[in-house]
Amino acid sequence: MANSRLEKDSPSEASSDFWMISLEFGADALRNGLDPLSFLRYLGTLGEIDSIVTYLHDMPAADEVDAESCYLGFRIAFNSDADKKSIENVFEFARDDCDIRILPPRSKLEHYLELLNSLPETELNRLGDILVNIGAITETELGRALGSQSEQEDDSSEEAEPRPLGEILVERQVVDKAVVDGALKKQEKTREKVAQEAKYIRVDADKLGHLINLVGELVISSAAMKLQVETGGHHEMEEVVSGIEHLVEEIRDNALQLRMVQIGDTFSRFRRVVRDVSKSLGKEIDLVITGGETELDKTVVEKINDPLTHLIRNSLDHGIEMPEVRRSKGKPPTGTVHLNAYHDSGHIVIQIKDDGAGLNIDRLRAKAEAMGKIQPDQQMSKQDLLRLIFEPGLSTKEQASDLSGRGVGMDVVKRNIEALRGNVEVDSEIDQGTTITIHLPLTLAIIDGFMVGAGDENYIIPLSMVGECVEMDEGGWELDKERRYVNLRGEVLPYLRLRDYFKIADDRSEGQTHRSHESLVVVRSGRSKAGFVVDELYGELQTVIKPLGKVFERLQGISGATVLGTGEVALILDVQALIGQASA
Amino acid sequence: MRKKAPSSVELTSMSLGEEVTIYHIAQLKEDLLGKFNQSQGLELDLSGVQEMDSAGVQLLMLLKRESEEKAKPLHLINHSQPVVAIFELLDLSSHFGDPLVIPAEWQKS
Repeated sequence: MANSRLEKDSPSEASSDFWMISLEFGADALRNGLDPLSFLRYLGTLGEIDSIVTYLHDMPAADEVDAESCYLGFRIAFNSDADKKSIENVFEFARDDCDIRILPPRSKLEHYLELLNSLPETELNRLGDILVNIGAITETELGRALGSQSEQEDDSSEEAEPRPLGEILVERQVVDKAVVDGALKKQEKTREKVAQEAKYIRVDADKLGHLINLVGELVISSAAMKLQVETGGHHEMEEVVSGIEHLVEEIRDNALQLRMVQIGDTFSRFRRVVRDVSKSLGKEIDLVITGGETELDKTVVEKINDPLTHLIRNSLDHGIEMPEVRRSKGKPPTGTVHLNAYHDSGHIVIQIKDDGAGLNIDRLRAKAEAMGKIQPDQQMSKQDLLRLIFEPGLSTKEQASDLSGRGVGMDVVKRNIEALRGNVEVDSEIDQGTTITIHLPLTLAIIDGFMVGAGDENYIIPLSMVGECVEMDEGGWELDKERRYVNLRGEVLPYLRLRDYFKIADDRSEGQTHRSHESLVVVRSGRSKAGFVVDELYGELQTVIKPLGKVFERLQGISGATVLGTGEVALILDVQALIGQASA
Repeated sequence: MRKKAPSSVELTSMSLGEEVTIYHIAQLKEDLLGKFNQSQGLELDLSGVQEMDSAGVQLLMLLKRESEEKAKPLHLINHSQPVVAIFELLDLSSHFGDPLVIPAEWQKS
């Protein structure tokens, strides 16, 4: 009877943005020394009681009423910023003698759904745990709901399914249906993800490395077989050989794919670095990460970590200014460091971009002059001046900090990246920021190469860096032999004659015949282009990269070697360095 | 909701003591209910109440229920300050339907 009136009187749940708290005190509440009034007074300290309905529940006829028993019930619309847990704690002592139901306000709904979304999807949790985790329900509420669930199980026959927990929770008015639905969806998503992760197996990286080495040998052997078949004139075997070659190519690609990992994990590690450093420097810095799904060889990822850390610390320490300095420059007080990665012609490009102070070219130049690295009257382009930052011992910072600025970092960074057959470029505008771009090969093991011949030697150019091949026709080209420039369709292109560069003895006859067969291979790396003049074009070749031994480590222009099907050795050109040589 | 007592009905007057709390509630209930049942209607003077707890509130609500069920008037008059405070907290003044007289010097605590 009291309840029927209540439906009408209780504040409308749909329209309000209040916590809906319903309390029904048990018969023994008063005898146990509880005074419901005191709880309500205390509740008032957490927020504002917007409206309250007081009613009597389950009260017998007047004569049978025990005045010391409690029949009071309350419905409260409560306005508060407190979380569910602290509201529930108000009634902590009443827990045993009171049926407490707390329904969060509408505005909390979105908050809960947001929390649900941000939960990690690594572990499969039970629905109740998820809801407790985001604070939508409390442990106590969960306990009660589970209790009533198991009660029902006992009551009903064995065949009947126990009622879902979510349903019970919604019915008990402790949580909104939308939150339960959201949690169930999240649970489903996590389940899928966990199931997917279960498909992975952990493999020792060494075993994988060994496999890739073997695949490399297989590639060489397959090339050797192909050559034997071709020269031996076993035409009947050609079809089989081409089939095997195709398969070997697939095996190679797949084997390399096994070692590919997303760079995102490496990137996210820098979030902590940025947070810690910005805190210790008193700067406000956001780290923006894009292209985290870009894949590259695990061995490369491992080796790029240190240089990246160094570059990011540079950006944090030297690049981004203090908030007040930024404000005075008219920039937002919070600086941004942008980490980006993407694939570009067989390479991975990693960019570290900050919107900080930029590099001071004049100071760089002054330092370099003081150290005698350049002459005061030397004409240098902006790019060349910026490149000075990679010179050992050069720092623009007057004062070295414990993070960076000792002038020993950038040359090590450059060396590390070049050891990976990559290159690093820097671009900077004063007060606009600095962008550092790193180009790295996708893998260190096997590449698609382009074989050329100069003299009697074979050279491999990574295919991804080959732009085009054109015939060297001396008449049609405005060949500048002194400064080694060629006019390629109106474009000034520096070129390098490999035969001259590697000082290969020209054992051919004095005649100019082969000169007319010379070809120009246009290569590009990043933004720079150059031409290599070669005698022969052999075409594409699967190239297994073999590192050169210690003896040849310091060779300029050579990054490795490979074994050809014939058993001969071909050198792999370090295109990056050679372009530099050609342009110099 | 509120039923006007017919003017012919003779209201029995009664006033409550200082404490309307769980400690005397059983006795109080017997007294009040007894009196209410015998009378044509009850006028309850609350001016002397210095302390009231949940049990007291509950007792008043019980009386109100009885008055509605039996169509006998129940008037609460001269609410003391502690009673007003509790009625405010629980939003009960409209439930009982009696005019609250708030003295000018009364300050919300």
